[in-house]
Amino acid sequence: MPKRTDIHTILIIGSGPIVIGQACEFDYSGTQACKALREEGYKVILVNSNPATIMTDPETADRTYIEPITPGVIEKIIAKERPDALLPTLGGQTALNTALTVSERGILDKYGVELIGARADVIQRAEDRILFKETMEKHGIPCLKSQLVHNLDEAIAAAEEIGFPVIVRPSYTLGGTGGGTAYDMEELKDIAAGGLKASLNTTCLLEESVLGWKEFELEVMRDKNDNCVIICSIENVDPMGIHTGDSITVAPVQTLTDREYQDMRDAAITVLRAIGVETGGSNVQFALNPADGRMVVIEMNPRVSRSSALASKATGFPIAKIAAKLAVGYTLDELPNDITRETPACFEPTLDYCVVKIPRFAFEKFPGARPLLGVSMKSVGETMAIGTNFKEAYQKALRGLEIGVDGYDLKYESTAASISDLAVELQKHRADRHRLIKYALKNGFSAAKVCELTKMDPWFIDNFQQIIEIEAEIQQAKELDADLLRKAKSNGFSDRQIAELRKKDGLDEHKVRALRKQHGILPTYRLVDTCAAEFEAYTPYFYSSYQTMDQSRVTDKKKIMVLGSGPNRIGQGIEFDYCCVHTVFALREMGYETIMVNSNPETVSTDYDTSDKLYFEPLTFEDVMNIYENEKPEGVVVQMGGQTPLNLAVPLMNAGVPIMGTSSDSIDIAEDRKRCRELLERLNIKQAESGTATTLEEAKVIAERIGFPVMIRPSYVLGGRAMMVASNESELEPFVQAAFEASPGHPVLLDDYLDRAIEVDVDVLCDGENVHVGGVMQHVEQAGIHSGDSACATPPHSLPDDVVEEIKDACIRLAKDLKVKGLMNIQMAVKDKEIYVLELNPRASRTIPYISKATGVPLAKMAAKVSAGQTLDQLDLRVRQKFESWCAVKEAVFPFNRFPGVDPILGPEMKSTGEVMGIDTCFELAYWKSQIAAGQVLPSSGNVFISARDADKDWMVDIARKLHVVGYGLIATEGTLHALEEAGLKADMVHKLSEKTSPTVLDRMKKGEVDLVINTPSGPIARADEVVIRSEAILRSIPIITTRDGAEATLDAVRHMINRDWEVHALQDFYA
Amino acid sequence: MKACIALEDGKVFEGESFTDEGETTGELVFNTAMTGYQEILTDPSYHGQIVTMTYPLIGNYGINAADAESYKPHAAGLVIGECSRIASNYRSEISLPEYMKQNGMFGVHHVDTRAITFHIRSKGAMKCVMSSIDLDPDSLVAKAKASAGLVGRDLATEVSVPEAKEWPAEGEARFKVAAIDCGIKINQLRILNAMGCTVRVFPANAVAGDVLAARPDGFFISNGPGDPEGAKDSIALVKAILDQNVPTFGICFGHQLIGLALGGKTYKMKFGHRGANHPIKNLLTGRIEITSQNHGFCVDPDSLPEEVEMTHRNLNDNTCAGLRHKTKPVFSVQYHPEAAPGPHDSRYLFQQFLDLMAGVHA
Repeated sequence: MPKRTDIHTILIIGSGPIVIGQACEFDYSGTQACKALREEGYKVILVNSNPATIMTDPETADRTYIEPITPGVIEKIIAKERPDALLPTLGGQTALNTALTVSERGILDKYGVELIGARADVIQRAEDRILFKETMEKHGIPCLKSQLVHNLDEAIAAAEEIGFPVIVRPSYTLGGTGGGTAYDMEELKDIAAGGLKASLNTTCLLEESVLGWKEFELEVMRDKNDNCVIICSIENVDPMGIHTGDSITVAPVQTLTDREYQDMRDAAITVLRAIGVETGGSNVQFALNPADGRMVVIEMNPRVSRSSALASKATGFPIAKIAAKLAVGYTLDELPNDITRETPACFEPTLDYCVVKIPRFAFEKFPGARPLLGVSMKSVGETMAIGTNFKEAYQKALRGLEIGVDGYDLKYESTAASISDLAVELQKHRADRHRLIKYALKNGFSAAKVCELTKMDPWFIDNFQQIIEIEAEIQQAKELDADLLRKAKSNGFSDRQIAELRKKDGLDEHKVRALRKQHGILPTYRLVDTCAAEFEAYTPYFYSSYQTMDQSRVTDKKKIMVLGSGPNRIGQGIEFDYCCVHTVFALREMGYETIMVNSNPETVSTDYDTSDKLYFEPLTFEDVMNIYENEKPEGVVVQMGGQTPLNLAVPLMNAGVPIMGTSSDSIDIAEDRKRCRELLERLNIKQAESGTATTLEEAKVIAERIGFPVMIRPSYVLGGRAMMVASNESELEPFVQAAFEASPGHPVLLDDYLDRAIEVDVDVLCDGENVHVGGVMQHVEQAGIHSGDSACATPPHSLPDDVVEEIKDACIRLAKDLKVKGLMNIQMAVKDKEIYVLELNPRASRTIPYISKATGVPLAKMAAKVSAGQTLDQLDLRVRQKFESWCAVKEAVFPFNRFPGVDPILGPEMKSTGEVMGIDTCFELAYWKSQIAAGQVLPSSGNVFISARDADKDWMVDIARKLHVVGYGLIATEGTLHALEEAGLKADMVHKLSEKTSPTVLDRMKKGEVDLVINTPSGPIARADEVVIRSEAILRSIPIITTRDGAEATLDAVRHMINRDWEVHALQDFYA
Repeated sequence: MKACIALEDGKVFEGESFTDEGETTGELVFNTAMTGYQEILTDPSYHGQIVTMTYPLIGNYGINAADAESYKPHAAGLVIGECSRIASNYRSEISLPEYMKQNGMFGVHHVDTRAITFHIRSKGAMKCVMSSIDLDPDSLVAKAKASAGLVGRDLATEVSVPEAKEWPAEGEARFKVAAIDCGIKINQLRILNAMGCTVRVFPANAVAGDVLAARPDGFFISNGPGDPEGAKDSIALVKAILDQNVPTFGICFGHQLIGLALGGKTYKMKFGHRGANHPIKNLLTGRIEITSQNHGFCVDPDSLPEEVEMTHRNLNDNTCAGLRHKTKPVFSVQYHPEAAPGPHDSRYLFQQFLDLMAGVHA
């Protein structure tokens, strides 16, 4: 039965900004789906607020809406485009929830739009805890014993039936507050009482605890003929209790017998049928009691997920693409397996390698957040590695994580915990548990003891133990001979790791490499082919392993290698993957064979048909060099993937690798503070006073010279790690210490902090001679807030034209002087009409996708062509915006809701995980859209809580007056209230938290009487009560503004939008 | 302990023994299932074959008595990537290497199993010797060349029960089944017993009269090793069974014997089907089953007489995966509906067999 011909136009909802739990995997799946559906002749309408995606490229869909993902917006788009169907299963939970709301509001019925992939009732059955359980029970699928209780007596009875430990989950609370795990009846009484109180409808769910059980996931696909296949099985190394997104996971499952595995397979398929997923991919999670094999279903997602992206990369099976085709009526047997071409997609991939995924965390960005893992996901990115055994894959993944380790190396032995605490600490789900495990195994803990404490399967602990044994063997061997070297390499040891272990021989990475080559110990490259080599495979997707057979099919075509950006982290995310993908597209257009190297399974760049060849490998010198020597490309692109590849530029160049684009000397000038200052002086361009200190004493002298406030930042770190503003000498010392700790061995940079300056980002493209200014972006927040965290607008919304021209002129001169070949990002500050250069980044920047979408000029693609030798006059660089007046605003999105108790304020250290764009005909409207898209739904009426330090009271009063004029009520504490009253404004008084008298602002928030919070931090070290207020606002999703500029922009937008509706526009309509 | 794996075409692979020292001969094949090494080792169909597991990490969950498919391992040898040092599963009773040693079986690991798979896929399954005693490639290749191979040999009788044996139904016995044991997997018996069949198991070369005298409600022809055309006695026996017009169900080797007995031909495949992920289309319903497979020979559907129709097709290579007689209550499949190891999608075929027997009753 071929595809459906009764539908022609399909609306796809994307997942919006990158947040914890929803990252670029949905760009990967959405892009695949768009391609797959258009291939079949359907018209695709896409909505996604995230400009840093391949799916929102104007070429990916027929109609592209970079608009907020809300039910209202979906209705506007449906009314305009009149699609026949809505496919909600490819944009994560955001798309699923939005589609469900749209359906429940009757919008789909009104416009005759069919939900395909998952019907509304299917989504409800999968998402609603109670409905899900009922459905499972009806179909005889074991799930957790649980009971809803409404009072303490019911709770006691339920606990007796379920048994201890029992988990208490209050319904309708914020961020899971009020619940807990009870180990006996006394504890239960306490926790249940608290839970019932915390619940808005005095209801708690009591649930059997499966803490410490083994966790598994199956990725299932089903077609309309009820054909079901398992694409991938995944086993969590971490036990139940740690979110699967935060767990180290491995594919395929390692510790299940066939009988257990097949029972799980049967259950997964039954779950899909019971929930009623008609077509597409789903993810079913299981817990299994290692003591007796009892298996229960935990949950299922009736959509593609983070795990399905991982499963696709782990197996080579394109789940999202196939899911899209199944949604329009194909069956699995009608679709070919792209990889083998001959065999159908209706089969179950089989692996002949081991895949390990390791998450990456960012706790250091959020002082006060405890680095403990639990049921709420905390990781910001992940890396995947493939090896022939677990040890190889695990160690490759560790070095792919880019956290300064070279494998399960010696750094994994230092820990703050003492041996006596170890037994306790191992039981906590610490983010650094693998350090503790190694430390414990090396210090007398038996493997069995470690298993008991960590609840990890003995098989995994034994593998860790094996790594430790091989490590000792390398350390203790008389000589590092060929056999030992081969053994080390085939178990995943990196050259650096080996060198460190053989320090006594005076080895370094390069010497180990030379020794290896001398013995002929080279990696072989193997195909990821879905079929364990049973059939011929055509897709060029490779991983390295120290085996005998190489399959890398090296050609003699002219080729270029592109280095990706590795795991997502704060400061280096999807924007750089976007740039890498565009580079590959451009180079392919120019006829090059493109070779992509990356280790991030969530990305479009690691889709096997993005580049001509994909090497799924860690981005280290060793791994990249191995591929280089195997492939011998004409050049390597390092300027697109952010700091990760840029850091490899010098070592690669020293090893004789030709680096494409800007010369490394120019890169050095831009990155080296001293040389950069000389350049700026020579070009007569101002920069903020600055200095470089290697000791605290030096720092003090420099600060004295510059004058307070000074900005302190470590060198060689991303995303403004440990950047702070010191406003006096007493603040200087701790901040400088922190900066030294953030980047040990490197100097600390001190800059004049330009108070109340306007910050500007500029991206330029240069072919070595001519320069094109891609865009000038004016930040909304003042200089001092990290550029990645600040909202910004292009064209600049309030800078005078002559200043903008002066900015452009300075950038052009800089690019020419540095003979940039490709992209350069310049950060500047404007104060009193004077411009100052803050930073030069001779690479693609975070703003490239946003500025490209705003102007219609794909800068990354153009830059790739320039680095491969084209000149600007060969490129079409016309800004395609056809409206006389337009504005695009980028707004950052923050993960504060994941870190309760952490102060959600902005500073020089980047904290945002993602971004959204609002685009329209004026700044106010674009900003309004960007706020909605970022989840800050600005109220058009209601109460605003205002609180400011004394220094801010003047402007705060001004804002309060404007709010009052347009009808908002004001709430304030005594100090602010006083200032407001002096200005003739009325406000409701609330007590300071420290007064412990009702009502406080928290009481008003709880009653739902606060609709907006404007609260500026009192100083670099915030008072406890303001942190509580700000985090409470985050928990309750009350929009919060912590800067003057943010408040002013918001107020402008709110005032502009009074009595005004707004329209949605497809990107294609902006462009001429 | 170093070991060598030498093929008849002169190719030699290196590895290390993970059992005692030894030397073994057989046809080298590969299996792509990621779980179920125990079921594979104990499946009598692997008699005379050295099995390479394409999934490299084997032995992780040990060995337990309940999952055995026969009373001992039958494969001539095992080749894997890495044998687990520990057995981690609550049902594990003994580790894989210990179990193999107890049964005198030779196993080699630290082998590039993908290279072996690639070689077999390109050149076909072939005769092989692997040894930790003799490490001389020339000598080993010569031994491989000189070894007997599978074609034309009757291996089924070598693994069959020596004399008839009864497997009683669980609970109330609804049907009497006579099974021809060509190398039967216990799970076939477990399922039939669980469904209320008392099964009398006969040797592969049993005298037809003895089998027919059991007057069963249905006949079951099991899987088994080797070349079906070599099993002359069994073919004759199946012919006699088919003449009875009694419900008859064949699996794998049994399917091939039925094909031959009905006048069709079988042929040796290049490297066969061994794994747990083969898509089979049921041509009668249009549904797809993911199946467990283990065969190196195949029925040529074009050779079948007109009264026989193909009911199942392997979607990977379009080979014949099932047939039925248009007028007689006879059907068979090339794959393993009893799974073990593998997916349970095809269990319905046992019900189909029971329904046929029930129909004859009615």
